[in-house]
Amino acid sequence: MSKLNNISDLNAIRKRLRSRRDSISTVITICGGTGCQASRSQDVIDAVRKELKKQKLGRKVLVRVTGCHGFCEQGPIMVLEPGNIFYCHLKPEDASDIVTKTLLKGEVIERLLYTDPVTSQKIQIETEIPFYRAQDRQLLAQNRQLDPCSIEDYLAIGGYSALAKTLAELTPEAIIEKIKASGLRGRGGGGYPTARKWTECRDTPGDEKYVICNADEGDPGAYMDRSVLEGNPHLILEGMMIGAWAVGAQQGYVYVRNEYPLAVKHVRIAVQQAREFGLLGEHILDSNFSFDVEIARGGGAFVCGESTALMVSLEGKVGEPRPKDVHTVKDGLWHKPTTLNNVETWANVPSIILNGASWFAARGTKDSKGTKIFALTGRIKNTGLVEVAMGTSLRNIVFDIGGGATDGVGIKAVQTGGPSGGCLPIDKFDLPVDFEALYEAGSMIGSGGIVVMDEKTCMVDVAKYFLTFLQDESCGKCVPCRLGIDRMLEIITDITEGRGRPEQIDLLKELAETVAHTSLCGLGKTAPNPVLSTLRYFPEEYEAHINEKRCPAGVCQALIKYEIDDEKCKGCGICLDACPHDAIKGEKKEIHTIDQDTCQKCGICIEECKLDAISVA
Amino acid sequence: MPETTLESILEGRRSQPHQLIEVLQDVQECYGYIPEEAMKVVAEELGVPLMEVYRVASFYRAFSLTPRGKNMITICMGTACHVRGAKLLPNQVHGQLGVSAGNTTEDGLFTVENVNCLGACALGPLVVFNETYHHHTTPGKLRALIDSTREKEMEETTYEQAQ
Repeated sequence: MSKLNNISDLNAIRKRLRSRRDSISTVITICGGTGCQASRSQDVIDAVRKELKKQKLGRKVLVRVTGCHGFCEQGPIMVLEPGNIFYCHLKPEDASDIVTKTLLKGEVIERLLYTDPVTSQKIQIETEIPFYRAQDRQLLAQNRQLDPCSIEDYLAIGGYSALAKTLAELTPEAIIEKIKASGLRGRGGGGYPTARKWTECRDTPGDEKYVICNADEGDPGAYMDRSVLEGNPHLILEGMMIGAWAVGAQQGYVYVRNEYPLAVKHVRIAVQQAREFGLLGEHILDSNFSFDVEIARGGGAFVCGESTALMVSLEGKVGEPRPKDVHTVKDGLWHKPTTLNNVETWANVPSIILNGASWFAARGTKDSKGTKIFALTGRIKNTGLVEVAMGTSLRNIVFDIGGGATDGVGIKAVQTGGPSGGCLPIDKFDLPVDFEALYEAGSMIGSGGIVVMDEKTCMVDVAKYFLTFLQDESCGKCVPCRLGIDRMLEIITDITEGRGRPEQIDLLKELAETVAHTSLCGLGKTAPNPVLSTLRYFPEEYEAHINEKRCPAGVCQALIKYEIDDEKCKGCGICLDACPHDAIKGEKKEIHTIDQDTCQKCGICIEECKLDAISVA
Repeated sequence: MPETTLESILEGRRSQPHQLIEVLQDVQECYGYIPEEAMKVVAEELGVPLMEVYRVASFYRAFSLTPRGKNMITICMGTACHVRGAKLLPNQVHGQLGVSAGNTTEDGLFTVENVNCLGACALGPLVVFNETYHHHTTPGKLRALIDSTREKEMEETTYEQAQ
């Protein structure tokens, strides 16, 4: 491919690519994102391609392998055009039926259709599936339209036209003005107004400035950044280019988790392609704008999601945060003015430039505009990525999109915001999801993880889980975080193991406040949130653990035991054979028993028993 | 140590201290761990004190200072996996192999690692076994996976000995 020297080159190639795209009407879109790949989508892709070749349809049918569609639980998934037919849970052996029946004869294959878990009805059309229908997919919908490794696909659907518009028509000030009017706020957790960051960086004098894309998505339970970067890497690059033009930067960095190998691969390919097309480099599209992007892989430290720690990590050092008396927009990477934004924030920039600030601001609440992608996971029917307008209620997300509880067990809470956020009980589910509302309720949007918890989730155990995570991830630089979390975890462990004392609750609260007030960085300051929010909304669970030495959800191992129900046990011996610790005794066809001293509560017997005879007491 | 590989990793990055983490990532990928010898070379070539190289290599979770086993078991400990029972998995592995996260079995066959999130939360509990993702993992499934791998390894050893 030859270099694009100017905007007319760009327009010409786009026209050519678009007409080529329009000339193929039969398209099989298969998700090749990390989630579907975990469900072996590559085997399905290979089988479909082989079958098309066998039937001599290779030239007439386009197989597009895309990034994440968001409905990972149903993977591998496929959408057939024309018709918007949605097939899920595919296996390689389905390929021949798909080609011979659906493609050649127009027959819909019933067994491959999605079954709505709420109504048990089969649904044929992708857009009619409740999980998708209730969403407002401004960013995620693009993933389905393109092969992330193809700059041609991105150009064909209008990619880099926001960059062209920027360079041809808009001054840096005009760009910032548009971002300001749109009300865009940082999607990484803090919700800081993007335009304010850009203005401060622009106004700081200096010849050398940087922009950074924070793709070090460390929050466990959140993966929207992975999906966007992996599924649409050029969108992020285009956003960064516009930002770099606005703040006056010549160099950008994408700091991406190495635990996301596919995202690393795709963004590297994208950078290479953009360079070949002249969209990165000197005098981009014949303008006076020169810009390049480097990829840096994170070392797997949660703290590096914090902006100052990320920047020192980019410098090749140990990722420890520094005080933010002087903001990174003035004194950032290599002490130069630096603008750091999260993946999803950058992803929103091109469409704001193209469609206008008011288009973006039309969605959302008074102070939280646009859409937000959430990772809806946990004990719920439909798990996956959900994009909705800011201000949508939690109830809407959990029940209308998520389909409600699994196995008829009542939902009792959601955890939002990762280790910095908190748990909100079901009576708060009418809250609109925006930056302020969740913060006031004791949690936060964070980067957008929503983990649904039901009666089988122990809230004390959840608090312990986050403290364990944070203790492990604390960089150790400041004392309150390093030792405070340690002591809090000690108390919570006492409580979950039956050694809790009532007075420890007050001590826990006191410690939590100290850690929150005196820690150096955001990680430490917000570390007590999971403890404080569970103490606030689920005090009865703490009391049950402390006073009755009982875990109501049946999770805390020291407070539970496994029991065999005499009525249900038929003495089949399956559990006895399966138990790796030889803790189950009994003769064939006689009721079995569990030796509590030997039982490790590993859960294998419960999993193996066909009669539901083993339960947690 | 094959000099050429380290040589190629360092190419174009010499005397650039900020490349330290990237270089160590490649060393880790190439050797499966960060050998002491490699740290010395990297320190010299990038112009970073050896102590700083060690500090970085021991700070980040991505780097291992000891060789890893033949088979890698990576257990996702993300929140979504946790609420679906992932915490039973490390217990299971410990019971079966006698090693906890971050360690390798004495026979060098298995290394067990915990990871904070693999970003495929909808499919949890997730375990990566030698780069293959296993979704909806239960203690029983994991046990069977380890058993079958161990059997295969033993067959191979017997076969090799017979040769």
